[in-house]
Amino acid sequence: MKEIYLDNNATTKVDEAVFEEMRPYFCELYGNPSSMHFFGGQVQQKVDEARKRVAALLGASPDEIIFTACGTESDNAAIRSALEVFPEKRHVITSRVEHPAVLTQCRNLTQKGYRVTEIGVDSEGQLDMAELKAAVDADTAIVSLMYANNETGVIFPIEEAAAIAKAKGVLFHTDAVQAVGKVPINLAASKIDLLSLSGHKLHAPKGIGVLYLRRGTPFRPFMVGGHQEKSRRAGTENAAAIIALGKACELAGQNMAIENTQVKALRDRLQTELMARIPHARINGGAAERLPNTLNIAFEFVEGEAILLLLNELGICASSGSACTSGSLEPSHVLRAMGVPFTCAHGSIRFSLSRYTTAGEIDTVIRELPPIIAHLRQMSPFGREFLKKQ
Amino acid sequence: MWDYTPTVKEHFLNPRNVGDIPDADAVGEVGSLACGDALKLYLKLDDDKDKIVDAKFQTFGCASAIASSSALTEMVKGKTLDEALAISNQDIAEFLGGLPEEKMHCSVMGQEALEVAIAKYRGHEVKPHDHDHDHGPAYPDQEGTIVCKCFGITDVFLKKVIETNKLTTAEQVTHFTKAGGGCGGCIPRIKELIAEVMGKQESEEPRKRPEKLSNMKKMQMIQEVLERDIRPLLWADGGDLELIDIDGPKVQVAFRKACAGCSSSGFTSRVVEQKLRDLVAEDIVVEEVAA
Ligand code: FES
Repeated sequence: MKEIYLDNNATTKVDEAVFEEMRPYFCELYGNPSSMHFFGGQVQQKVDEARKRVAALLGASPDEIIFTACGTESDNAAIRSALEVFPEKRHVITSRVEHPAVLTQCRNLTQKGYRVTEIGVDSEGQLDMAELKAAVDADTAIVSLMYANNETGVIFPIEEAAAIAKAKGVLFHTDAVQAVGKVPINLAASKIDLLSLSGHKLHAPKGIGVLYLRRGTPFRPFMVGGHQEKSRRAGTENAAAIIALGKACELAGQNMAIENTQVKALRDRLQTELMARIPHARINGGAAERLPNTLNIAFEFVEGEAILLLLNELGICASSGSACTSGSLEPSHVLRAMGVPFTCAHGSIRFSLSRYTTAGEIDTVIRELPPIIAHLRQMSPFGREFLKKQ
Repeated sequence: MWDYTPTVKEHFLNPRNVGDIPDADAVGEVGSLACGDALKLYLKLDDDKDKIVDAKFQTFGCASAIASSSALTEMVKGKTLDEALAISNQDIAEFLGGLPEEKMHCSVMGQEALEVAIAKYRGHEVKPHDHDHDHGPAYPDQEGTIVCKCFGITDVFLKKVIETNKLTTAEQVTHFTKAGGGCGGCIPRIKELIAEVMGKQESEEPRKRPEKLSNMKKMQMIQEVLERDIRPLLWADGGDLELIDIDGPKVQVAFRKACAGCSSSGFTSRVVEQKLRDLVAEDIVVEEVAA
């Protein structure tokens, strides 16, 4: 059985060209980029090239790129740095629908006596800008808001949010892990101070991330030790992964148009066909601006894990906003924050595509999913009542 | 990915006895759409009304909920009502070759539906079940007071599950019953129930108001109580609150979301005030501000 992989917001396949680029840096060119000799020097050169490639994708300058281990490290570093730089400021602003890399950290801060404001979202998952405006004050050390939501794909008006923070002299960080490579970002023309990205979401390997730090932004490192990354992130560079990420960013820049035409067209077809074939379904965040690759769809009267496992039997990999798959019992915090009714939230499924997704794969899902939902509804007491009324 | 046994998988992919029995002798229904799982169980008795000759089910829920229901219907067939009543949730889990602990609540749901069905058949009063509301009682026949508001679970039911499964931590209770798996507001009470049932002392000391507090410490404690004790409760009802300022004994808060403009926010701020007085300082006055 060949798998149909539609869980690209969880992680992506490493592009073959990316893999080829990193391959020599394991067994042949394994020097330490910090070494003085030529053997390390050639790795250093390649790391510098990668830095330039990442910077080019973001419209940033290479010295604004700090390589980290992952998106989570970047998120943690950004927020911790702000609190250390401004010890007198005791307030942090984020949103209710952030990735746990930000949300957990912020919730932990409340235990340490910080005030944390979690901005809400509307029923489409869009940020409440009035609430944000009201929340920023002189005590705020940093505003951290995601660029695009991993579950629904909803894109926040991040420049507008950054402008609100900057107007009051507050640092602005965005977790752009899901957005980089899918939507154009130009940091040179932006008010964003700090931005996090993660390699494995854009066809680079797992275990490599970036923290963008605008030139002139005060910063305290999260990891200290050696002088790597201009003393902003100690620890021997993960050279092969950095080189891979550089290549992946270059490719992402070249393929951005494909994400927004080909991938989006497939996503839209999946959405339209499923909505036409399955009654009592709804798109979570469907009315908001969304990433071109993400579809979060809810089916009433059935539960997400059951759908997911039946898809799994057919080799189709998706993800679920249902409580049951995460080990927690409430539906995802994102869907809860959007006020998605429980009747739908339990039966929500996320499909996330990539440039490797084919029309044939989408056809298979369009063919296989409706009978799965019908089968589960037939089994569900609520589904049967509803079918009777039809 | 959940780690399911081959039997669980088999009963999920090919569930036995799906459907209803129009002239069933006993029907038991537990759970709700809001809770994320529900089971309706139908039993048909023989002419002597002694043995179960047929059983069918309808389930809304995850793979293990479906598998547990399927297993249950297979297990009860041919049994007398009393024999069926002796089936515990452990028996259901064993029949399936085990369930991940996080999914034990599915087996509890099965056993509970069976009890409800038989109780109703025997004419014991069972309150009608209504699954249109958000979070109503998950096990509507259960006496007692609701402990977990998120999943509508009573103390009587919790005690029973704690006792039969020898549960010792709040986390286990959540895995077995779902109680505590939502806002978490009921976890302190769940710990008390474990202590009561298992005859052990609660691991955490009951929180008391401290004798003396520095200003700094007091402010910290106020924030802590708001975060730990108050906000989760408000979240459960779609509301929220923000701490605006602390000035001596005066604590200014603003209500957000559903709480903002809610007619009972005055009442809510009294609850907040009482909690702060109980846990931080006697003289605290809570003021609601519009900010
Ligand atoms: S009251 Fe029990 S989890 Fe919310």
